Amino acid sequence: MDTILVVVEQREGKLNRVSWETIAAGQAIAAQTGWTLEAAVVGSGVAAIAGEIAAKKVAKVYDIESATLEPYTPDAFAHALKEFLEKHPAKLVLMPHTYQVRDFVPKLATALQTTAISDVIGVRHEGGRLLFTRQMFQGKFVADVSFAGSGPCFVTFQNGSFRADTVEAGAAAALAPVETVNVDIPDGVVRNGPQEVFKEAKQAVDLTQAEIIVSVGRGIKEQKNIDLAKQLADALGGELAASRPICDNGWLPMDRQIGSSGQTVAPKLYLALGISGAIQHIVGMKGSRSIVAINKDSEAPIFEIADYAVVGNLFDIVPPLIEEVKKAKA
Amino acid sequence: MKILVCMKQVPQKDAPLKLNDAGTWIREDVSYEVNEPDAFALEEALRQKEKRTGEVVVVTAGPARASQVLREALAKGADRAIHLEGDAFVGLDACNTARAIATAIKDEKFDLIFTGLQSDDYGYAQTGVILAEILGLPHATIIMQIEKTGGGIRVKRELEAGFFQFVDMPLPAVLTIQSGINKLRYATLIGIKQAKMKPMRKVTMAEVQPAMGANLQKIEKLYVRQKSKNTEFLEGPPAEVAKKLVEKLKNEVRVI
Ligand SMILES: Cc1cc2nc3c(=O)[nH]c(=O)nc-3n(C[C@H](O)[C@H](O)[C@H](O)COP(=O)(O)OP(=O)(O)OC[C@H]3O[C@@H](n4cnc5c(N)ncnc54)[C@H](O)[C@@H]3O)c2cc1C
Ligand SMILES: Nc1ncnc2c1ncn2[C@@H]1O[C@H](COP(=O)(O)O)[C@@H](O)[C@H]1O
Repeated sequence: MDTILVVVEQREGKLNRVSWETIAAGQAIAAQTGWTLEAAVVGSGVAAIAGEIAAKKVAKVYDIESATLEPYTPDAFAHALKEFLEKHPAKLVLMPHTYQVRDFVPKLATALQTTAISDVIGVRHEGGRLLFTRQMFQGKFVADVSFAGSGPCFVTFQNGSFRADTVEAGAAAALAPVETVNVDIPDGVVRNGPQEVFKEAKQAVDLTQAEIIVSVGRGIKEQKNIDLAKQLADALGGELAASRPICDNGWLPMDRQIGSSGQTVAPKLYLALGISGAIQHIVGMKGSRSIVAINKDSEAPIFEIADYAVVGNLFDIVPPLIEEVKKAKA
Repeated sequence: MKILVCMKQVPQKDAPLKLNDAGTWIREDVSYEVNEPDAFALEEALRQKEKRTGEVVVVTAGPARASQVLREALAKGADRAIHLEGDAFVGLDACNTARAIATAIKDEKFDLIFTGLQSDDYGYAQTGVILAEILGLPHATIIMQIEKTGGGIRVKRELEAGFFQFVDMPLPAVLTIQSGINKLRYATLIGIKQAKMKPMRKVTMAEVQPAMGANLQKIEKLYVRQKSKNTEFLEGPPAEVAKKLVEKLKNEVRVI
């Protein structure tokens, strides 16, 4: 019987929320293919997490343990999972597309002479084979990708591709068996010395509380044009935010960045000006109640999640918009 | 410090992309530019060299047009370039791109190898890490700062949601660089002139072929994703669109 292995992610003994989405993906693929679904957690003293997953509909859970796995290093994780997968062959190995997974999976897949299909947003079982849908060209297109090797095939799932709340529980009162696997990571394997994780100095603005956000992207073209967006934000009584390149340029402070490396917001209104809608931006604002996008490119991915869309030049549209807002509020 | 920077040419951000007739790839008649994080990687390499001494070498794998990226890098201050040239370098999976680059530099010893953290076209987010594994080197990803220490380097990794982490590493090492790590410079006129005299080594697919393997992932079809949301497009001249939008904000979104 072929096996699907979901490797969940934990930090300091807590399960990363997106791991549930990956388990949901594993359950969906198992249902389509009839393959066996197993799960693994990797770390030091993470048995409690293995127990948590054992209550779900999975055939077995492995608790892969070594003191050397804490703190995380790509060397230790790749070493441990390589050793594990050589003893417990799997056809598919699924993980969330987190920064940590991006950091070690390409190494692990290469060490096992196989490949990782990254940033996947959907899976279809068609004509006896699996097709993985992944984003390309910054979300302007998606591609159906097939695996041409003999396995295992690693697949990493983009945030939000499957719903965590669809994870099925196991049969009543029956936990899946948990097996502890102690791996030996010899001295010298780990070459990096990671320090404590930290957050940069306190953030001055808390955009998570804002009800209205006007967000600017590279379509604003020049630093001096930020003022136009500011006028719109002021007229609406909202906060100003931005995509990453705007903050990278220093046109707005870092604490106004929305996205996977910035803040995650869910205002009543998110108005995106000249933002293309790359996935790393979308994950930070897709929970907004209403999304308005103004973009000159009718194919911009931002329109896929917008409630109201305006295709056009923001420099033509924003000035009359400011006037109309002022009029409506007067 | 001897530093290698891997740079890729990708379609320009604003270029409208069209699918080819077979629906397997984009039509190639678009404008190209350097992959954004790769430009930051080059800038970082130049700054590291300027702090001490050393050499900055740039490499790309791609068709003839991709040499533009190398010429720009030479004009900004890179010392020499390596071009794995040919259409055969298009459409490789990340492992084969890494194998090709590793083979092309096998006789050189770099202290640091930089790649961008992700390409704008394929978006594998893998080539740098795979290159490290092939070369047997330690790596760190999504780097926002690099400092030389006694025995090696200390790098600042970006983590999710505004978190960071310093990591100490020995040299040689491979780093994948995040956009925004520094401020980019422009090429000067003198730089552009000097670039013409700088060495550019060409490498053919035949030379690296023995190291290459089958692509283990295949694009079956490329397409525009079906919209899942009911988006309402507001049309008309700007003044009219502005009115319509304010109506919506008032009556449906209820924020005015
Ligand atoms: C690991 C990682 C983490 C990242 N984290 C983040 C993050 O937290 N937040 C984030 O935002 N990004 C993040 N990014 C970057 C992300 O991938 C995109 O590069 C970025 O979001 C693009 O920003 P943009 O939409 O402003 O620019 P572009 O993609 O360049 O888009 C500009 C848009 O403006 C439009 N436009 C141009 N002129 C006009 C005009 N006159 N009128 C109207 N529209 C116009 C264009 O059509 C285009 O759609 C991250 C990337 C990586 C790899
Ligand atoms: N064909 C190529 N030539 C040179 N460098 C490349 C090539 N493909 C990828 N890279 C490098 O690898 C990084 C990550 O690319 P990717 O793995 O495709 O997301 C890029 O930012 C480049 O630095």
